[in-house]
Amino acid sequence: MTDVTKPKLAIFWASSCGGCEVSVLNLHDKLLLMEQFLDLVFCPCLLDTKKHDVEAMADQSIYVTLFNGAIRTSENVEMAHLLRRKSRVLVAYGACSAEGGIPALSNLHTRESHLRDVYLDNPSTENGTGVLPQSRTLLPEGELELPEFLDRVRKLSDVVPVDYVLPGCPPESDSLWRVLETLMRGMALPPSGCVLGESRSTVCHTCTRRKENKSIERFYRTYETITDPERCLLEQGLVCMGIATQDGCGALCPKVNMPCSGCYGAPDGIADQGAAMISALGSVLSVGAYKGMTEEQLVENTERVIAGIPDPAGGWYKYSLAGSELKAKRAE
Amino acid sequence: MSQRIRIDPITRLEGHGRIEIFLDERGDVANTYFQVPELRGFERFCVGRAAEEMPVVTARICGVCPEAHHLAAAKALDVVFGVQPPVPARKLRELLYSAFFVTDHATHFYALGGPDFIVGPDAPPSERNILGVIRKAGREIAKQVLDCRARNHEVITVLGGRPIHPVAGLPGGWSCSLSEGARREIEIAARENVEFALLSLKLFHTLVLGNQEFSEMIRSEAWCHRTYSLGTVDSRNRVNFYDGTLRVIDPEGAEFSRFEAAAYRDHIAERVEPWTFLKFPFLRAIGWKGFEDGSDSGVYTATPLARLNVSDGMATPRAQEEFERFYETLGTGKANGRYRPVHHRLATHWARLVEMLYAAERMLELATDPEITSPDVRRIPDGIRGIGVGSVEAPRGTLIHHYETDQRGILTRVNLIVGTTHNHAAISMSIRKAAQSLIRAGRIVEEGLLNRIEMAFRLYDPCLSCATHSLPGHMPLEVIVRGADGTALRSFRRDEGAVS
Repeated sequence: MTDVTKPKLAIFWASSCGGCEVSVLNLHDKLLLMEQFLDLVFCPCLLDTKKHDVEAMADQSIYVTLFNGAIRTSENVEMAHLLRRKSRVLVAYGACSAEGGIPALSNLHTRESHLRDVYLDNPSTENGTGVLPQSRTLLPEGELELPEFLDRVRKLSDVVPVDYVLPGCPPESDSLWRVLETLMRGMALPPSGCVLGESRSTVCHTCTRRKENKSIERFYRTYETITDPERCLLEQGLVCMGIATQDGCGALCPKVNMPCSGCYGAPDGIADQGAAMISALGSVLSVGAYKGMTEEQLVENTERVIAGIPDPAGGWYKYSLAGSELKAKRAE
Repeated sequence: MSQRIRIDPITRLEGHGRIEIFLDERGDVANTYFQVPELRGFERFCVGRAAEEMPVVTARICGVCPEAHHLAAAKALDVVFGVQPPVPARKLRELLYSAFFVTDHATHFYALGGPDFIVGPDAPPSERNILGVIRKAGREIAKQVLDCRARNHEVITVLGGRPIHPVAGLPGGWSCSLSEGARREIEIAARENVEFALLSLKLFHTLVLGNQEFSEMIRSEAWCHRTYSLGTVDSRNRVNFYDGTLRVIDPEGAEFSRFEAAAYRDHIAERVEPWTFLKFPFLRAIGWKGFEDGSDSGVYTATPLARLNVSDGMATPRAQEEFERFYETLGTGKANGRYRPVHHRLATHWARLVEMLYAAERMLELATDPEITSPDVRRIPDGIRGIGVGSVEAPRGTLIHHYETDQRGILTRVNLIVGTTHNHAAISMSIRKAAQSLIRAGRIVEEGLLNRIEMAFRLYDPCLSCATHSLPGHMPLEVIVRGADGTALRSFRRDEGAVS
């Protein structure tokens, strides 16, 4: 399997859904080209190489590791350290690794409330004696073990230094291909610390919908309105995250009349995606209407405006809660 | 001295599946445990979210079958918001789903499950993968498999917005209609899918059924479990992936129950065991009687084989022909006008190909339906009912999403039963049977053990946390034999087949 002349590539999944692996498979016939120029040495999804094989590799002998998935368990942490040590370049591949992704919504809740909802207070579960999964269970035949959860979901760079981020949930295969081509041609990667394979603009810059710079009177939830297929979704009152989201996907969701949900994360140089969104929304709201209102009318109007944004945490930090400056307050 | 054997895919590191086999003092199998050491907690962290976000959020349960979660969520939301999508929207959803079924079943047949048969269960592990399939079946097949994935992911992108994690589903319909130009492309893809499904069945007939050893293996008692079956059927009791009634048949083939998804709690209950994070569903009317076969045990399966067993036939002509061939070849005749169920678990691979042909034919029907390009794809809900259950047949079994919301449509409760979970007990039983047939009086058939347990596992195409997909047909396995005190006596790996 190992070819000394080809740069070594590793692809690893931590706490993830497998979509990042499918994004690699979706290179389709380019997979065969990749195989010619790169030596895939570790990928639990595709290869039989095991952890102890990676441990036996020389430090820094893997040229690039694409690490996907969030950090949820102590085992995820262990693998992050191992692959950091073995790799010259470590890439946080996909939203979960970059910013926690959707699994990091878990940080809005306590560990105990997760167990309660799944095993105790659950509509289809029969559990009169209140059995919960245990780290150790003594059975007639012997003892069984389960891993412990960490207190919260973290992003890869909370655990080890990361060289690059390749965002997206999952990254579009074209973005991945641009990075792989750079490697295959033996070209140097850009300076460490930047976002790979993307431009520096926002989703809005590649979205072809017409912008008229109209301010809006209220926000709509997606099911409440049928939008004009040509016009900017934000200007039609949908909370489209494109304005606060890194470019790279080609504005796919707006093409099917759905708002950007922000999976590519904050634009380069912006620390907090949700904060960027709040600032953007403030700038499109019509303020003229507030002039001359009584205090009562102001409250009423504000409530009407924000009714279209029922869950800011889940909406604006859907993919970035682990990386947010604000962190999360936990519900019981 | 009693021993324990641990079989741990490398994916243990990410928290996927784990098998523990305990031997008694004679060295026979005392018991086996199939553990899922992972919990991500969607049922909790979806609480507090806006309900309409669920098709996007729950897709992230599984990057391999996001289409299934996306559609189960959209259907649950139709009920939560009390809105019936227009017929063209329902057809668009089913069209996307049919394309997805073709590519998903093809991936399993050629890359995951198929190698066991096409290359052979006793072939060297280094051969039992997609590359081995290509060597045996020809390079043209590799191109066909890649083409199949590419064209169907293109269809999914056109209809759903993205190749992975689609976005077009929302309460009351679908976010975009289909243009005539795009429809023509989809029709071409559907025709190619039908040809590809027929080719795949031809391969199965030649390489598997035409091989006496494999053919006997499929019929062998070692791979047989007589359990209840669960699946979704249409009004004429035919297989349907997108919509219909849930039907349970007993091990003899008689209808045990039928119900709408909304009533799932009256029929299905889940058991918690302290040694695994994944629950064990069972038939509520019978109760949990342990990991046992038969009509007295509440264990059931929800797989391609189970779906065929609960159905009286297929809704498309060529799939119906193949359905009949399936039961005439493996079955034990008819009772009360319908085929008796087939319980040979390895036949699940064949059942999957019957379904792939049905999905391709159904995709073609929908792609040529005059209504499919209608612009009427949305209804705006006029209120919030607050409770909704949606279900579809995911490739790996019935998928149920149950949501409850407050008056603003904010989720207050979420319950999910995913395909693989229905099969958790049955997978455990198949593993136990495989282990029992290979471990006798302390003699462990090392390579055979790994191969057979792998096959027992893989025929269910398990998607643990929807992520146990080992794509080239390698389920990387490592076995550690431990003494009663827990010390490792020896270990060996499937890829080497040697004691280390």
